[in-house]
Amino acid sequence: MNVLSLFVLVPVLTIVAMVLVRNAAQVRVTAAVGSVLQFILSVGLVLFYLAERRAGNMDEMILVHDTVWYAPLNIHYTVGVDGVSVAMILLTAIVVMAGVFASWKLEPLTREFFVSLILLATGVFGFFISIDLFTMFLFYELAVIPMYLLIGIWGSGPKEYSAMKLTLMLMGGSALLLVGILAIYFSSGNGLGQSMNILELSKMHIPLEAQRWIFPLTFLGFGVLGALFPFHTWSPDGHASAPTAVSMLHAGVLMKLGGYGCFRVAIFLMPEGAHELAWIFLILTGVSVVYGAFGAIVQKDLKYINAYSSVSHCGLVLFALLMLNQTAMNGAILQMISHGLMTALFFALIGMIYGRTHTRNIYEMGGLMKVIPFLSVCYVIAGLASLGLPGLSGFVAEMTIFFGAFQHADTFHRVLTIAACCSIVITAVYILRVVGTLLYGSVRNPHFAEFKDASWFERSSTLILITAIAGIGLFPLWLSSMIGDSLAPVVSRLISLL
Amino acid sequence: MIFSLAIWILALPLMMFLFLGLAGHKLKPATAGILGTAGLGVVALLSYTVAAVYFFGPSREGGLQPEVLFSFDWLHFTDQLQVKLGFLLDPISAMMLVVVSTVSFAVHLYSNGYMHGERGFQRFYAFLSLFTFSMMGLVVATNIFQMYIFWELVGVSSYLLIGFYYEKPSAILASKKAFIVTRFADLGFLIGILVLSYYAQTFDFITLTSLEGPVIGHPVGATFLGVSVLTWALVLIFMGGAGKSAMFPLHIWLPDAMEGPTPVSALIHAATMVVAGVYLVARLFPVYVLAAPDALMVVAYTGGFTALFAAVIACTQNDIKRVLAFSTMSQLGYMMLALGVSGYGGHDGLGFMASMFHLFTHAMFKALLFLGAGAIIHAVHSNFMTDMGGLRKHLPITHITFLLACLAIAGIPPLSGFFSKDEILVAAFHSNKLLFFVAYAVSGITAFYMFRLYYNIFWGVRREYPHPPHEAPLSMSLPLMILAAATIFAGFIPFAQLVTSDGQPFEIHTEWVVAVPAVLIGLTGILVATLMYKSEKTLPDRVAAFFGPLYRWASRKFYFDELYMFITKRILFNKVSSPVAWFDRHIVDGFMNLLAYLAQRSSFLIRGLQSGHIQGYVFVFVLGAVLLSAYMLLFVTL
Amino acid sequence: MDVPVHFFLMLSAAMFFIGVFGFIIRRNMITLLMAVELMLNAVNINFVVFNRFLYPDYFEGFFFALFAIAIAAAETSVAIAIIINVYRKIRSIEADDVAEMKH
Repeated sequence: MNVLSLFVLVPVLTIVAMVLVRNAAQVRVTAAVGSVLQFILSVGLVLFYLAERRAGNMDEMILVHDTVWYAPLNIHYTVGVDGVSVAMILLTAIVVMAGVFASWKLEPLTREFFVSLILLATGVFGFFISIDLFTMFLFYELAVIPMYLLIGIWGSGPKEYSAMKLTLMLMGGSALLLVGILAIYFSSGNGLGQSMNILELSKMHIPLEAQRWIFPLTFLGFGVLGALFPFHTWSPDGHASAPTAVSMLHAGVLMKLGGYGCFRVAIFLMPEGAHELAWIFLILTGVSVVYGAFGAIVQKDLKYINAYSSVSHCGLVLFALLMLNQTAMNGAILQMISHGLMTALFFALIGMIYGRTHTRNIYEMGGLMKVIPFLSVCYVIAGLASLGLPGLSGFVAEMTIFFGAFQHADTFHRVLTIAACCSIVITAVYILRVVGTLLYGSVRNPHFAEFKDASWFERSSTLILITAIAGIGLFPLWLSSMIGDSLAPVVSRLISLL
Repeated sequence: MIFSLAIWILALPLMMFLFLGLAGHKLKPATAGILGTAGLGVVALLSYTVAAVYFFGPSREGGLQPEVLFSFDWLHFTDQLQVKLGFLLDPISAMMLVVVSTVSFAVHLYSNGYMHGERGFQRFYAFLSLFTFSMMGLVVATNIFQMYIFWELVGVSSYLLIGFYYEKPSAILASKKAFIVTRFADLGFLIGILVLSYYAQTFDFITLTSLEGPVIGHPVGATFLGVSVLTWALVLIFMGGAGKSAMFPLHIWLPDAMEGPTPVSALIHAATMVVAGVYLVARLFPVYVLAAPDALMVVAYTGGFTALFAAVIACTQNDIKRVLAFSTMSQLGYMMLALGVSGYGGHDGLGFMASMFHLFTHAMFKALLFLGAGAIIHAVHSNFMTDMGGLRKHLPITHITFLLACLAIAGIPPLSGFFSKDEILVAAFHSNKLLFFVAYAVSGITAFYMFRLYYNIFWGVRREYPHPPHEAPLSMSLPLMILAAATIFAGFIPFAQLVTSDGQPFEIHTEWVVAVPAVLIGLTGILVATLMYKSEKTLPDRVAAFFGPLYRWASRKFYFDELYMFITKRILFNKVSSPVAWFDRHIVDGFMNLLAYLAQRSSFLIRGLQSGHIQGYVFVFVLGAVLLSAYMLLFVTL
Repeated sequence: MDVPVHFFLMLSAAMFFIGVFGFIIRRNMITLLMAVELMLNAVNINFVVFNRFLYPDYFEGFFFALFAIAIAAAETSVAIAIIINVYRKIRSIEADDVAEMKH
């Protein structure tokens, strides 16, 4: 059996174990053990990958494994990883682990909650390891469906509405995607030897006329999940209603499926289409970046602020991918990781703060620094990461994107790049506004004074994420070159085709 | 040897920050203070050693050449654009090491007394260490990107320290304002770096400023809106510098930043961080002067205007820290002006040397003034000079040192300010007469407002204080004395031998034509202030009335705060963000909801068809069958 | 004496359409059942008649009719059982009253 299949197997076994154990406490422990195991596996995978590369294995994908699943329809289960997917797997493992700790005390239906959560994680892991379009789509759906239950059952506020909206919009996206995938399949290889395998597809040539309409389909399909303007509105409502761990996983990991899919399917397989049509989506994503940031300035609800900020940051991911050069795409992947970590941290902290104050309106709070210093300091760190402070991951990602995007010498790209740069100022405005209103100042509500600071599981959840954020921010070179090495063949193929 | 010393200059403050930040709350405040101070003492000694070895060591032959002590890869953007973190030693960075470590040490020592008993004492020391680390990293940056990294870090340390009293609303607002305004300026800096690095294909300072390098040796011909891209890049980079150094019109954050604890104002907002902008221009000086003289003109005029503008406002302020803040702005403008009028190489580079010289002396006497102001505030518990008067009896040490600093900033020989200011005036005299007269005027106004401050604090009306003011403890007065000594003797350092634009020493001659009138102007300013403020009179009010609207505008800082408030609150917040949020909720999301609504309506319309009445279905079925049979019978021939 | 085939066919058609008519307009479930039986038996008559007139040597038509009668008997017993249960539950055997399962 292939090592990569472990990444699907471990969560599945965790789910089975959770169904079998006796009470909620055991369920929690099982979930924690499973997620920690998964994390260890991911670290192992990263180390193995780096060792392989150092040993001179220059295959585009390593650990490739192919099993025929259903021969009449040419459906395979194919897995394999390169630097980008390895990095995404590590991100997922970290966020899932932090998410499990963050929802330690969740009630009711603890067992069902953790089962759905790990099921979602299974889908995400499966998505990142697969290199077959069908398998990929299957896992994609597997990741999206539990979201409906998680928000609809354990959510807050207008949860049914939000869950329905989120699921419907994402399903709309996946409908486009399904058409796109089938179109790719049928237009590949001129009717002979059609394939769903991404590696094989990338070597076949999809005719330009087909690329012209398949590229927008797949890009939009994944873009909905990546919060592409104007299909991002599920994000504020969905995040606001979702329980803590779900927001963490959703913004931290699931939205990354969108960016990753845009890269792996839309751009990887249809470089010419991407080159021709990039300008439309560049404008949309450029709008996302600034628009999301401005939208965040006037929000009052902590989760809405963060959701809009995610629109802005995820917009930057797609924006950088469409720049179609190595540096910018590297920045996009880094930004996915960085945004995944810091937004997970944000949502974890918001959940913890909400659990104490029972409000998310920033104007009803204040002076939290004094009563819950640990969480407040973590919030400041998350904020600083979000506004791109050097030494934290956001800076590395944003700078790589800006410098990559600026390598285009024409006015169109330059103007968009500078507009995107402006978002760093707007980000500073809304982050500092929140920090100032929420954490600083005097304690206005007398019962706030009785709050207890973070418990051990809350601390572990936040510290895991902060360590990762600072780790990437301080020592970005290994990650950036790991991703860069995997992007190089993609980019060189892109250049050779154009 | 020098390498292993140098790395500790950065490592020690960083370790101190991490230690005090993570474990500080477990320490006793006094321990944290002593630890921080001792650490900074070691850093200061290391910096002196490194600077001394660099200036007077064996590498002295053939001029002072820049040396990279160490450098390691941090991040690669492209094959050419690689970010390295390193340690660059050249005349200006060696000088800055001395400035930063001296002032920082004095402030660390001083804070033991000033911050005594404050909540979050350990946190304060942790932030001070973070700031020192960032500032050192900025100073020794080997490339412009490293500088940008540490530039942001000093920005955030400044934010944290201004907002140190996080329960005070004015401090929160001030810290936010400082961060956002400088962040806006940094946007310019970032875009400037993007442009510059794209055309130069390097971040490295040594390559950028080398005379044969890609920028100066083979300047690019590309233009944008009729101006060379290089000029654009350098003007944008200067925008970053202008933000940090509080140049007009990005100055509005500095006066508010005085909400931070006074030692912070002395360290960050007087002596070190605010000179980062000047340092940045000095760092890229060969590029400015040789490849983009137009950008250098922008620097010169911005500096000159800010010097005058801030000096006028300083005359009308009542908060002693704000007077000092405007004075800092004005002096920074002076330094920018000096850089702006300078040429390159040898005696032509006098302005460059003078600017660095003034940076050095100003750091000493302005830190002294702020620490003195801190001692005064500590004694009378107020920032306003209207609450002060006649303090010379109560605070003898503070009085003497403060007076020395006032004389120095007014440019009275033989104090250090005289020498550095004189060089600036000479440099301006030889290149730009307009700026020269501006500098003269500023020098007179400076003397006037400094002595207005001095007399209002130490002379004037003798007040009854609720708590009798007492002299500060030794931990506070010792730094005052150290800095006073520096103020007196710094003027005699032969800067022209050490810090020059091209590393080659040159001779300077005192030009009496410039120096004598300058001293006279300074004395006139002092005299006017003496007449007006030495004892309580109605003269100041009459003068204020005479200037009428001008006085009113100046005391309201020419309404720039209100203007910015208008732009941010009224336009950005109300006219951009709120409509964006509304648009998102009602148009974009509304469209999605409309789709959902339409789907729902249409299903309501047709749902009656599936009634569940089997008889209905059968009826329709039979009807269909009959119609179909009829059709077959009538029209289809089998 | 031979009865012509179209007599039988007319009888079966009449029975069938009486059944259809009854099934559509009546609401009483027992009557509905009777209508269904009418339709079934109309079909049975057709089976038997066509067998007898077209393929006198074979017996499939008769057998099929017997099958249909057996199945109809089983079906009727199930239907009666359901109707009795429904009646116990709601005290009515009107088809329109049994709408509980619809929503």
